[in-house]
Amino acid sequence: MAIWLSKSTRLLVQGITGREGKFHALGSRDYGTQVVAGVTPGKGGERVEGIPVFDSVEEARQATGADASMVFVPPPFAADAICEAAAAGIELVVAITEGIPVADMLRAKAFLRDHPKVRLIGPNCPGIITPGQAKIGIMPGHIHRPGRVGVVSRSGTLTYEAVWQLTGLGLGQSTCVGIGGDPVNGTSFLEVFQALARDADTDAVIMIGEIGGDAEESAAAWIAENFSKPVVGFIAGRTAPPGRRMGHAGAIVSGGKGTAAAKIEALRAAGIQVCDSPAELGATVAKALGKA
Amino acid sequence: MKIHEFQAKEILRRYGVSTPRGRVTGAAAEAREICAELGGRCVVKAQIHAGGRGKGGGVKLAATPDEAFAHADAILGMQLVTHQTGPEGQRVRKVLIEEAADIAQELYVAVTLDRAAGRPVVIASAAGGMDIEEVAATRPEAIHREPFDPFLGLLPFQARRVARRLRLTGEVAGKAAKLVTALGAAYLDTDASLAEINPLMVTGSGDVVALDAKMTFDDNALFRHKDVVGMRDLAEENALEVEASKFNLNYIKLDGEIGCMVNGAGLAMATMDIIQLEGSSPANFLDVGGSASQEAVTNAFKILISDRAVKAVLINIFGGIARTDRIAGGVVAALRELGGVEIPVVVRLEGTNVEEGRRILRESEFDFVVAETMADAARKVVAAVKGAG
Repeated sequence: MAIWLSKSTRLLVQGITGREGKFHALGSRDYGTQVVAGVTPGKGGERVEGIPVFDSVEEARQATGADASMVFVPPPFAADAICEAAAAGIELVVAITEGIPVADMLRAKAFLRDHPKVRLIGPNCPGIITPGQAKIGIMPGHIHRPGRVGVVSRSGTLTYEAVWQLTGLGLGQSTCVGIGGDPVNGTSFLEVFQALARDADTDAVIMIGEIGGDAEESAAAWIAENFSKPVVGFIAGRTAPPGRRMGHAGAIVSGGKGTAAAKIEALRAAGIQVCDSPAELGATVAKALGKA
Repeated sequence: MKIHEFQAKEILRRYGVSTPRGRVTGAAAEAREICAELGGRCVVKAQIHAGGRGKGGGVKLAATPDEAFAHADAILGMQLVTHQTGPEGQRVRKVLIEEAADIAQELYVAVTLDRAAGRPVVIASAAGGMDIEEVAATRPEAIHREPFDPFLGLLPFQARRVARRLRLTGEVAGKAAKLVTALGAAYLDTDASLAEINPLMVTGSGDVVALDAKMTFDDNALFRHKDVVGMRDLAEENALEVEASKFNLNYIKLDGEIGCMVNGAGLAMATMDIIQLEGSSPANFLDVGGSASQEAVTNAFKILISDRAVKAVLINIFGGIARTDRIAGGVVAALRELGGVEIPVVVRLEGTNVEEGRRILRESEFDFVVAETMADAARKVVAAVKGAG
């Protein structure tokens, strides 16, 4: 079953006529995702490798029954694209775009409060994949294997690293969710854990956090009380200097808050097995599942 | 993006925030003139993009124009070391000359983003002039937080509540509420990530004045703030970081000895962490981007190698979308342009087209140390540094 994404998901791609949008629309389709439509205002009627393009999400949804969207719209317009998808009744919106202004995301989040059924993943994320079924995003599908380990992360390539370790050990993944590296995002660690708790196909979870904010701490507090499956964690940025933004807009220790040390402590206090080395994630999961 | 104190005050004045009279200059002689214009008593303040300037000797009170000249002369050109600059300090190129203040009380007020709540928040404390992080750690009850709606702005009653929590009354409270409202508006209008006044001063005559000011901005929103971009001072930024930004590379100079080149911010941080775990330290953070092109890799390599502290290089690439054969090609191209390098280069490639990528490295004229896994790469590069030392 996994969470949120399956082979029955019908995906539309906002920004499909751009270079990246097209590339990853086709990549998702090649992986097995049903990519039913694209949206670029002003380019309705065109086709991208057979995928029909519409001027608006509303029209695309009516014509194709799309229920998920992948957003590749450039940063100045991406928050608007998220709102457009939500207003059109799209239930799963995956925003890949990096570089959306914080103020625009605050606006989009305010808009989404009136659309409580909409799940936003990202922005500035690799997307979501249910291996063997479908992917919405930019992750390399071939490193994944269907299986029973969930992965949730603020990072892209570091997630691939963890997935690769799992696959190498013969441990497949149920669903991998990249929640994104921005300070204001849609789905939080906590919400992913709440969904994975109910998912009968997930036996254990890898959680990859990083410096900045307190989303890891909030999730840890909930996990301690409510989550019974083994969780293996890693927090990136122990060596990051305070006050510097480490690539991701949200990866910054500011005002003494959001340090790796504080997060690691919170995770360990919640019973999460935090790895000191990112190279040990897979092996630690294997051990937790008694498969080492 | 960061700006100087005098620039932040310039922005805040447009919103009606009072600041001490004064002017910025890069010449000590002019400091004397400005001081005389201000009535003969003034403060000379070093303008660098770092806090803690007073403790570092970058802020001096002058009782006469000649003293202002002497202080400015000493401060201009100095390497000012504060807890935020690192041990090498930051060269002072400008000083702000301001009238000496009649301080009755020092407060703290700032607007920033409450990430968890997804809303801006006013942070205020009657313990002004101090390191607010220290206050937050030792006396959290001394800090008032007032979250507000980004679309409605800070409402008048909220501004009055902030003033009350600062234990201000009467006319002074009214002035403080007005100032906090202005600070909130400036924060929202300019897409700031921080707008901070520390200290906020109440004068002997009951005026509320921003004695210091600091603003930083959301880099992602700079495209709609040309005036703010115009305030960028490249001299304050690390030269290698500026060079890297021209190629859209995310590079941050650090203090260690192992140069790192990684794709993706999370993996780049994790690579730094694993280097430390193995007993060495990273010389930089460098994210060449998830879809690293060959050209980006060539430029990135040249930049990281130009840091003289680098004793070995670790290239850690997980090619998902980025093809590892292209990365390998970029690294080889960079080495050819440089005519080879004398330090060890450890390369770990994984993912798309990895066999081809490894073959390119193996068959090149250079001696790469090829690593199989991230842990293997970290061990090899640290061993290379220790062996060389």
